Order: sequence, then structure tokens, then C-alpha cells
Amino acid sequence: MGVIRSFKKNFSNFFKKLFNKKNARIGIYGPPNAGKTTLANRIVRDWTGDAMGSVSHIAHETRRARRREGVTIQSNGGSISLDIIDTPGLATKIDFHEFMEQGMNEAESKRRAKEATEGVIEAVKWLENLDGVILVMDATEDPYTQVNVTVIGNMEARSLPLLIVANKVDLPESSPSTIREAFPQHPMVAISALEGKNIETFYDEIAKRFG
Amino acid sequence: MQGIQMDLVSEDRLAKMPPVEKIRFIIDEVKSGKILVLEKGLTPEEEATLIEMTMTQIQPDDFAGIEMESYPSQPDSSLIGKLFKKNVVRTRLTVIGPANKLKTLKKDRDMISALVSNK
Repeated sequence: MGVIRSFKKNFSNFFKKLFNKKNARIGIYGPPNAGKTTLANRIVRDWTGDAMGSVSHIAHETRRARRREGVTIQSNGGSISLDIIDTPGLATKIDFHEFMEQGMNEAESKRRAKEATEGVIEAVKWLENLDGVILVMDATEDPYTQVNVTVIGNMEARSLPLLIVANKVDLPESSPSTIREAFPQHPMVAISALEGKNIETFYDEIAKRFG
Repeated sequence: MQGIQMDLVSEDRLAKMPPVEKIRFIIDEVKSGKILVLEKGLTPEEEATLIEMTMTQIQPDDFAGIEMESYPSQPDSSLIGKLFKKNVVRTRLTVIGPANKLKTLKKDRDMISALVSNK
């Protein structure tokens, strides 16, 4: 039975690759706590009814890349099938003391720090296997971070499409215009992944950029 | 005299190194407590590799990672660049140091303000 199922899957994948050109592997990147998993959950929930992962206010909650294949988004009269990869937050430093400040004990903090470092390594490796990136930035934070510069630089060097998401516009201190001014060469959409604000525009942009 | 060593690394010095050696040199220097200012900066791919390799070096109570800041790279807009060097980007100055000694105070497209602490 397993052999037949495997054959069917391979057969189906073969024809998908052959005829379905609008299938793109898209990574959701950004610094810790920018709202990547919240956004991934919203996309997957809106178009499949499922969820992708748990959300937390603690940084580095997503410590392994999560992948959801074949999420079909319909927008502007067309449709595009995406493999969504929710990646761990990229960072250049991980200090276990920051987990302790969140109330964890030392052993647990060190364990989480180790897992977070592995998650960053995995996220960097995924960069090489993508057709495009949704870069999530926290619109209440300074956009000129090394993580943002590195991800944007990598996409530009590979001539791959990039969509910047200014997230958390439901917060009064958010300033999506600062992000737009920082990276004017790339399309940007301002949303609240938590509340779904402007999410239709976001899907339109996905269809436009990755379709 | 106590203090923090800051090395200003010329473009020529790094240009002689293969990519892996360049990344290893940076990590070794930063782990020894130095702050590096790279004249030419790193390519986006090198920055990603540096982040990846830094993560493999992190040890609790010993090395928490790096603080790295660079100006956004710019595409090579020269005619020769357009004709022969597709997707080439012009990298710009990069500052790298141990996360416990270097802190970025402010950064924009053309200016990086950093605080160096000898704690």
C-alpha cells in the first residue's frame, strides 16, 4: 500500500512540476519576534483551514523551519501554489541570559539557546533553496538591522523576488513609512498579521510578486 | 594599558583570502575580543555564511555571538558592470565585534553609531 501511495505521490509531483509553473517555494524570514509564525499561520489558515505553529512573545519560539506545501492562494483572478517555509528568526547573537529574563531556569535557557543557534543555521541554509522571500519586519522597530540587510542583499544578489511586510501596524507606535523609506527599491505591504488588517492587499502582492 | 583593540582591515588584506578563510579569520579575531572594521565589507552571501558559522561557535558564558553592521550593498551600476558582471553588488564598510563589547546605537543607510564597552 505504501509503495502505491508513494508512486501516486511521485507521479502527481512529476505532473505538477511539468504543468504547474506557478508553484513557488517561499520562505518567511525576519528577525525574532517580527511576527513570522503569526503571518505563516494566517496564510495557511486562510487558504487551507489549518495552522502552522505556535506563537509566543518569547524570542526564538520557532526553532525549526516549518514547511507547508501546496498552499494555493487566489487573488486578482489568478491562483498561485506556494510551499510556505516558516523559518526561525535570524540573529547574529544568542545569549541564554535573555531566556532567563523571561523566567526560565538556567538549564532550560541554555537548552533553548542551543536550539535557537541550530535554528538560525537551518534558516540560513534555506536561503539557498528558495524561489522568493517574504521578509517580515516589525513596523515598531528600526528597519536597518543586519538581518534585514543580509536577507535583502542575498535576494538581490540572486535576482529573486522579495516582498517586505511591515507587520504590527495595529500598534500605535508603528511606522511602516520608515521601512518604505529604508528600502524603497522593494515592494512593501503594511499589515497586521494578528488582526488581519490589509491582508487582502498582501495576497494581491504575493500573486503579483511570486505568481 | 587596558583597552579594546580595533583593527581596520584593508580591502587588499581580505581580497587575498578564500571565502572560508576570510570568515574564519573574522570569527577568530572577534572571539579573541577584537573589533574589526572591514574597508570593503562582506558580500551578502559572506554575511549569511558568517552568521551561520558564528552560530556554531556560540558557547554559554563564553561567546554569545557577534554584533555586525554594514551599510546596505549597492548594485554595480557601471556600464561595464552591467555588461559583464550580472548581479554583482558593491559591498560597503562592515563593523564586526563581540556582542558583549560592541553595541549598535543607531544605524541608517549611511551612518553607523556604535558603543564600545570594556566591561
